Amino acid sequence: MNSESNVLRESALESERVATVTASQTWSFYWSVRREIWENRWIYIGQLAVAGVFLVGFLFNMTRWLDKMRGLSTTDPAKYWETVSLPYNIGAGALMGALILMTIFYSSEALYGERRDRSILFWKSLPVSDLTTVFAKASIPLVILPLLTFGITIALHLIMLLLSSIVLPASGISLAWWWKELAIFPMWGMLLYHILLGHVLWPFPVYCWLILVSGWARRAPLLWAALPVVVIGGLEKLIFGTAHFAAIVGTRLIGGGAPTDVTHGEMFPTGPMTHLTPLRYLGAPGLWIGLVVAAAFLAAAIRMRRYRDPV
Amino acid sequence: MSVIEAHGLRKAFGTTVAVDGIDLRVDEGHILGLIGPNGAGKTTALNAILGLTPYQGELKVLGRDPWEEREQLMRDVCFIADVAVLPRWMRVSHALEYMAGVHPRFDRTRAEGFLEKTSISQHSKVRELSKGMVVQLHLALVMAIDAKLLVLDEPTLGLDILFRKQFYDSLLNNYFDATRTIIVTTHQVEEVQHVLTDLMFINHGSIVLKCSMEEFEARYVEVMVKPEQLAAARALKPIYERQVFGRSLLVFDQVDRQQLNPLGEMRTPSIADLFVAVMGHHRGAAQGAAR
Repeated sequence: MNSESNVLRESALESERVATVTASQTWSFYWSVRREIWENRWIYIGQLAVAGVFLVGFLFNMTRWLDKMRGLSTTDPAKYWETVSLPYNIGAGALMGALILMTIFYSSEALYGERRDRSILFWKSLPVSDLTTVFAKASIPLVILPLLTFGITIALHLIMLLLSSIVLPASGISLAWWWKELAIFPMWGMLLYHILLGHVLWPFPVYCWLILVSGWARRAPLLWAALPVVVIGGLEKLIFGTAHFAAIVGTRLIGGGAPTDVTHGEMFPTGPMTHLTPLRYLGAPGLWIGLVVAAAFLAAAIRMRRYRDPV
Repeated sequence: MSVIEAHGLRKAFGTTVAVDGIDLRVDEGHILGLIGPNGAGKTTALNAILGLTPYQGELKVLGRDPWEEREQLMRDVCFIADVAVLPRWMRVSHALEYMAGVHPRFDRTRAEGFLEKTSISQHSKVRELSKGMVVQLHLALVMAIDAKLLVLDEPTLGLDILFRKQFYDSLLNNYFDATRTIIVTTHQVEEVQHVLTDLMFINHGSIVLKCSMEEFEARYVEVMVKPEQLAAARALKPIYERQVFGRSLLVFDQVDRQQLNPLGEMRTPSIADLFVAVMGHHRGAAQGAAR
């Protein structure tokens, strides 16, 4: 009886210990992500700046856009959406371009910066595992930056909507017609879909490769990361005269070639007419091969952080 | 209770052996000074203890394997690995918040208490602080952790004497007690002489000398020998001899004080002098062996 209650108490203690460990790991992860955002404030300052610059451009080009809408021919309704949504799509596109650049830059510095300034010796003096740290760093290109970009795009669109709804009635364009043609909510849904599939999951192996090299390189991690691409691509060109490898990496990087939704090869496939093909996307072997490769790169990056000394 | 226990601890980088199979035991409540020339293997040994580098041989820190269990170990161990490793972009308030978030044994109020005694503002970024202030900040963060083992690798390198003095005073008065253990490496040995409870000399990856400070004081005597007694003094086989202002200073190891008393004025040698004596002796012995 006594030993039984002892066993019970011990198992209760054990489960309590496990719960504490899990809770503290969750907190470690949360704080590790926060420290990434503190350290890399430029990720949101940069996106806000891009949005701000675009907004100025929007204001300056407002009259041109209004003229274009007034000049729309009633015989060609297919052109309506394209013209009405043009500034909204360009704004979203600018932020997405910045997203790609920032993700590349962030990932190639991820495990390098702390080795260069030797602060890794501070981070490693704390009870945070290499796995937690690398996951927290990978969450920036995987979650934080895309959601941040989406959020800032929505905010930008809201300001543009407000400005448009002031200007449009004054220039004799029907607000109701414009609102109906713009179809902003489907556009936002499409945008989120496009960002998550085309700019997160599809290029994720490239970002994980950059994170891995950032944990290995003694200097210029971005150049080191590009080197095998250049070498393999160059050899392929020399020997076979083809450029498949470079094309694969290129399309991975800019999200093109992902079987997401590109039915008519639009630059900004956010139109209401675009066919969403999530099943085709999720069924594409390329997606899953990419994610397995990404996982392998991340596992290697965790090992790298454990072994590598400061630069 | 032993805090660190190592048997045949070895670490080689290619063909260079940094730590050459050392045996080591450090008990709770001690302040161990690890003294050695550059490249002696001090930092490598400490890195093994802190789980920063893989090693050969047996090593347990607080009963754990540091390389396999660094994360768990760091709840009970903290270290200042070098001066200026705090991230330069970090705000002092961020550092406090972060530590409170990830470290179960970090006491934020205590750290803030330490910081109030300095001129460091919580709004400052690390890059805006002077070198001395960065060390003060790091020490405040570390002392607010209720850890069992604190490792300091050259914590005061490049600081002026005022900061160095404050550093060790603060460590002794506000942190150290019988349940804690501190390991410190430094080249400023004179300043830690009265801080240490134990002393260890390390050279070429091996332990050359290990003793407590009581043993040190009992064992080694420095005598300022009168010129007429020099021959008699040398007959007692000093381990080291040097000239200061025309007087001869001889260091003896385990020689009866009754015998030494008539030779001249006696005192405990400084760690620095003993270091030179032991290292020279060691080198001589090694050369003798080679011959």
